This record gives sequence, C-alpha cells and structure tokens, in this order.
Amino acid sequence: MNEKTIDLSNSFACPLPITEYKNILLAHGGGGKLSHQLIKKMFASQFKNELLEPLHDGATLTVSGTRLAFTTDSYVINPIFFPGGDIGTLAVNGTVNDLSMCGARPLYLSCAFIIEEGLPMDDLWRVVLSMEAATKAAGVQLVTGDTKVVDRGKGDKIFINTSGIGIIPDGVEISPRHAKIGDRIILSGTIADHGIAIMSVREGLEFETQIESDCAPLNELVETMIAANRDIHVLRDPTRGGVASVLNEIAESAAIGVTIVEDLIPVSEEVRGACEILGFDPLYVANEGKLLAFVSPAAAENVLAAMRSHPLGKNAVIIGEVVDDHPGTVIMKTRIGGSRVVDMLSGEQLPRIC
Amino acid sequence: MKYVDEYRNAASAEKLMKEIRHVVTHAWTIMEICGGQTHTIVKSGIDDLLPSDLTLVHGPGCPVCVTPLELIDKAVAIASRSDIIFTSFGDMLRVPGSEKDLLAVKAAGGDVRIVYSPLDAVKLAQQNPEKKIVFFAVGFETTAPANALSVWQAKQLGLKNFSILCSHVLVPPAMEAILSSHANRVQGFLAAGHVCTVMGYEEYIPLASKYRVPIVITGFEPIDILQGILMTVRQLEEGRAEVENQYARVVRREGNRSAQELMQNVFEITDRSWRGIGIIPKSGYRLRDEFAAFDAECIFDVAAIHTQESPLCIAGQVMQGFKKPHDCSAFGIQCTPEHPLGAPMVSSEGACAAYFHYGKIRF
Amino acid sequence: MCLAIPGKVVEVDAAVSPLMGKVSFGGIKKNVCLELVPEVKIGNYVIVHVGFAISMMDEEEAQETLKLIEQMNELGNE
Repeated sequence: MNEKTIDLSNSFACPLPITEYKNILLAHGGGGKLSHQLIKKMFASQFKNELLEPLHDGATLTVSGTRLAFTTDSYVINPIFFPGGDIGTLAVNGTVNDLSMCGARPLYLSCAFIIEEGLPMDDLWRVVLSMEAATKAAGVQLVTGDTKVVDRGKGDKIFINTSGIGIIPDGVEISPRHAKIGDRIILSGTIADHGIAIMSVREGLEFETQIESDCAPLNELVETMIAANRDIHVLRDPTRGGVASVLNEIAESAAIGVTIVEDLIPVSEEVRGACEILGFDPLYVANEGKLLAFVSPAAAENVLAAMRSHPLGKNAVIIGEVVDDHPGTVIMKTRIGGSRVVDMLSGEQLPRIC
Repeated sequence: MKYVDEYRNAASAEKLMKEIRHVVTHAWTIMEICGGQTHTIVKSGIDDLLPSDLTLVHGPGCPVCVTPLELIDKAVAIASRSDIIFTSFGDMLRVPGSEKDLLAVKAAGGDVRIVYSPLDAVKLAQQNPEKKIVFFAVGFETTAPANALSVWQAKQLGLKNFSILCSHVLVPPAMEAILSSHANRVQGFLAAGHVCTVMGYEEYIPLASKYRVPIVITGFEPIDILQGILMTVRQLEEGRAEVENQYARVVRREGNRSAQELMQNVFEITDRSWRGIGIIPKSGYRLRDEFAAFDAECIFDVAAIHTQESPLCIAGQVMQGFKKPHDCSAFGIQCTPEHPLGAPMVSSEGACAAYFHYGKIRF
Repeated sequence: MCLAIPGKVVEVDAAVSPLMGKVSFGGIKKNVCLELVPEVKIGNYVIVHVGFAISMMDEEEAQETLKLIEQMNELGNE
C-alpha cells in the first residue's frame, strides 16, 4: 500500500498530501496530473502572487504602461537530434510559442546551457547553428546567456533553458480564464507528430515515410489570427501532455465544460498507426508546432480562414466548443457515436520528449 | 489501418446497435472477460448506447490486476537489488504492493526498465553479462507463448543471467470459478479473443454446456464487441447455450498449435492465487523443473513477505462482476490512478481505470 | 495484456532462429518474431502481440464479418 497521511499541522510538512510519493517521479515533469499538482501545491502556493496565479504559459506584466509577456522553459529532450529538428530548435520555438500564446509579439530570448562533460563539440555546434537559424526564422534575438558544464554522467548531453519577453498589443486579452460558453475550439493541424517522431527514434520504429516533429514558431500564425479578429479568448500550444491536458487545464481554469468530436481531430495515418502499436492515445502526445484557440462564435470563421491561409494552419479545423455542462471536464463524442471523458493525463506516457 | 478501421465504422456500429435493440426483449447480464474489451466498451461509450435492459459486467481478464500481492512485493524486493536489471511491461510499474510499487523502486535508484517484448529482456541479458536480468512474466494465455519462447531462447543461448518472475493465469478456470459461485449473475460471456487465438475454443464447450451459458469468442474493436453482444443476446433470447466465434478472422477452433506445443514444453499447469479472488486450482502456469535455472522465484531467495491489502479495495468483487467500479466507496476519492489502492485502477486493462478515465462523468 | 494489432508481413528472415521478420502496421515497420506462425508468407496479415505474431488473419472471414453487418437492417426488418 502506498504512503500514509502526512501531518499537516507541521508547517514544514510537504504540502502534497494527495500524491503521497516520497521522491520526485518522472511523471512530475510529464505535463499531466502529477505535474499539475506539484506546480499548484508546492510552487504556486509558496511563490504566491497574482502575476503567477493564472499559471498560463507566460506571465503578463505591466511595466511603465507597456504590457509585457515573460516566460521561461527548459529543454531536456532525449534524443537531442530527431527528425524535423533538435533540442536547439525546440528551445527557441518553444519559448517563442509560449510568448505567442499570451498574445505577445516575441522579441528577446535568453539562453542558458548546462552541458555534460564529453559532449562532442560538433554536436554543440550543430545545436548552436540550429538555434541561430530558429531565431532568424522567428524574428527574435538572443540577447543574453549562460554556460555551465557538469561532470560526465551528471547531465544528459545538454539541457537548455530559454526565457523570453515580448510585447502584448493593446486590445489583446488572452488567458485561459477568458474562455466563454459558446466559444469555438480551433486546432491548427495534425496532432501527435512531435511525440511520435521522438518515439520513433527511441523505439527504433521504421516508417515508410519518416514522421517529423512539427516543431515550428507560431508567432506569425498568431499575428495573422489576431489581425483577422481580436475576439480570441484563449491560445495554448499543446506540448507535453498533449491536446487532452491543455483542454483540461483550460476547463479547470475557466470552470467551463469542453466538448470535442473525435472524428474532427486531424491525425496523420502514420502517426495513428504508431499510436496503435505503442498503445498511445494521440490526444495525450506532445506537439511542438500546433495551437488551440478558443474563439467567440462570431469570430470563428474569420479566424479559421486566416489560419488556413498560413502554411502552419492549413489543416486548421474546429474540433469542439465550450459548454456550460460538466464544468471542468472535457467530453468527447466518439467515432461510433458514444461519449467518453477525456481525462487529464495520469502518470507518464512518454519520458522526456521536450 | 487495414483490419482496424473497418471495425470502428460508425455506420456498422449503428446497424449492430439497431439490431440489438430489435432483438432484446428481456433483461440480461453479460460479462466481457478481457480488460481490453472493457476499455473499448467504456472508451467508445458502448455501454451508454446499449438498451438499458442489458447490463455489462466486467471480468477478471486483466493479468496485471490479478497478479498476487505477494508477487508484486517479491518483484519490488528483487528489483531493489543492485545487481539486477528488472524488466517489465509498463503497467506493472504502478501496481501497488504492500509498501510501494516498482516505479518507486525506480525513483529510488533501482534499475527498472520497461520493455515491449520479452525478447528485449533476453537481449538485455546478452548485452549485460555482469548483471542479472529478471523479466516480470505477467499475462494470460495470449502472452504465454512469447514468454515461453523467450525462456527457450535464453536456454539455447546458454544465458546464465536471465530469469522470469512468472505470473501466468488461465481464463477457463476463472470463468468456472465465477460460474460456480452461488452469487453469480452472469448469463452470457464475451470470451477473450486473443486468449482464444492461442488456445482455440474447445475448452469452452463443456463450460457452456455444464452451466448453460452462451459463450461468444469476441474481438476488441467496437464493431467486434457489438457483434459479440448481439450474438450473445440472440442466444439468450432463443434459449441456446453454445460457443460461437465472432472473432473468426483471427481465431480458429484449435487455436495456434505451434504456440501450444511450445507452451507445453516450457510451462506446466499449477494452482495460482488471483489477487482479490483467492486460489483457483490449476489456473496458472509455472516453469517446468528443467527450466528452474530461469525461474526467478527459485533463484532469488526473497524473505517471507507480509502482505497487506488496502481494506477499502473491492477489486476482487469488481473482477468477478459482483460490483461495478463506482460501487466502491473509495472510487475516485482515496483510490485514483495517482494513488491506487488496488491494481484495477492502474492497469491499462483495469475496469476501475477505464471507468475513472473515460466514464466518471456518468457515475 | 491483450493488446494485439493486425499488420502485413513485408519481410521474412528464415536464416535466424527463432524466425523473424518485418511487419508493417499502416506504414510503420517493426521487427516481429514469426516463429509461432511458421507457415507465414510475405503479403499475409498477422496479429502481433508483444512483438510476436500469434495468428494469421483469415482475410475471407474478415470480409464475411463485414458483409454480414452491411446486410443487416437491409432486409426489411426494422
């Protein structure tokens, strides 16, 4: 049987009565329930302030009248090189995307390397070149950084942290809490490509057509969407934990219900096949170049058309809507006409994929 | 995907559903044996769409769920040793033991690895001669041939550092245990399609006849389940009690003879304890004496383990169809996938996990 | 674990023991042990469980099952 109750009367007691694990598990970084609990109960409860509270992809700050978005992310992916990208492209695009999900125009990044002793110089150079190309493609500048090296065996080749700031234009109010009943939920394209591309390397899966990560900067796509119509309430990129986790987080944050339709969710054939074999549900698999948008019903068609006119949104589709039933829960209409709950991810589906 | 997509077709599902509604005139209780079938049912929402006269109860066909607590504790003890690489299918890692699970052993530094095939474990043994590799061989008859072949292969290769911790269970004795219980309310069965792929279905004929229950060998896709239910209900309405094969594209009456031969060479039948249910005679496999060198229970002397189940867990009753997961007072409260009190909440084939993940809104 | 998936045999390596081969699942190829289906040929469909083919797909039966369902409700019964 697992651990017993923890004495909460002791103020030094760890505030995680629910998880009952003595040590950190991989699942605590997985983007699902355990991650969520760790962040809410340990971090957010300690660093209590209203800027942190929304627990969105980035924080929205007002400095001398200008609204800034500020975000940070660390990249610990294994393997560091994969079809469609590498840890460097991820590190740049991931942070650019987090800023875009706040509605901000990304401007400046910082970058900190933690490098394991013994990493081939060539590999490091490849990563650096990728990052440079990614910053150019996204239109951002890397303005400050740090480098540390740790003993062999104490770091998995290379870990990268990037932080970023961007400016939020006036009139743009994007946050998970702004989801409203009736909002249409738009998905920008096929899901699970990134996670499966990673697993294909790890598991030695051979594909007839190689599946590539969808890693891409979404800032231009977001700008196109905002230009089409400002009535966009929520933007999120479904990274670790996949579409399912993000929808659950938003449903919980805004205390609304979400319904989606299985048949409408775009998944490529090869990715579907890989998910079958590996026993994964594509809804829980990571994406690195896709977004979900909650848009007012009146604005939905405009925004959708704008997305489809952009290469990164050409397969954009409305997959569901916000309802006032079952607040906090995501329900999916299944292929055969039944319905099921799309729960938050439990445990770990894929270790260290972003 | 061919031979998958056709069995998820919405139009076909609608036809089968319509036919089921047309045929049902009485209330019937049907049990699907295999946890994989339970998951399909709840995940595609079939149970919600069936006429209310039909009650589906869930069977013990989840090998992870029925692995005895003592064996989990043994696995934890072995995996905690520093000279061991402990390998297992993913699900077993989160099954609660008396004190902890294998995932906790991993987090504390134990070398616990997930493999997708027992042959991967054999390969690890070849690649790591200085370590002892143990594979947690859990499964029904479906998995037994693969595990048998791996042990056979290890013997051929002369490996001295490979062993399995065996927890194989058999379906027909479990069905008989359910049917012979005076509390049984199951009137028809969807038998486990992949188990029968290996074993064939001859051994179900005497069961159907002795207990007067229809047994339909059923596959795992939504269309298979619906067709299996339709065939069972037709039998019930017509007063028949036969063995029928819905999964005919894969299952033959005699099963896979090569697989059966291999299993007989490596395993022998033994009594087994089913977690939550108790000892069912002649309901499992153990390695034959000539393979003792590959039997982790013989090799590793693990001290007497005091097992302790959660007093709240009613897994045994759920797996025999007496209760549903949401009938349990701890369901979703003290018992969730993050801190399970019993195995059915963490196994990918566990009924409690299926209800928790896909169905909790309805209960 | 009863998770088993149908796939198409695209390669057979008779030179090794146990018999191995490659099976394609909707475009993804995996190494699979074919020892339990020794009669298998390239182009056959098999059911694969934990890296082993445990049975061959009877394609005629598969068509029969689907045809049976197709014809349901069509013959005047409500």
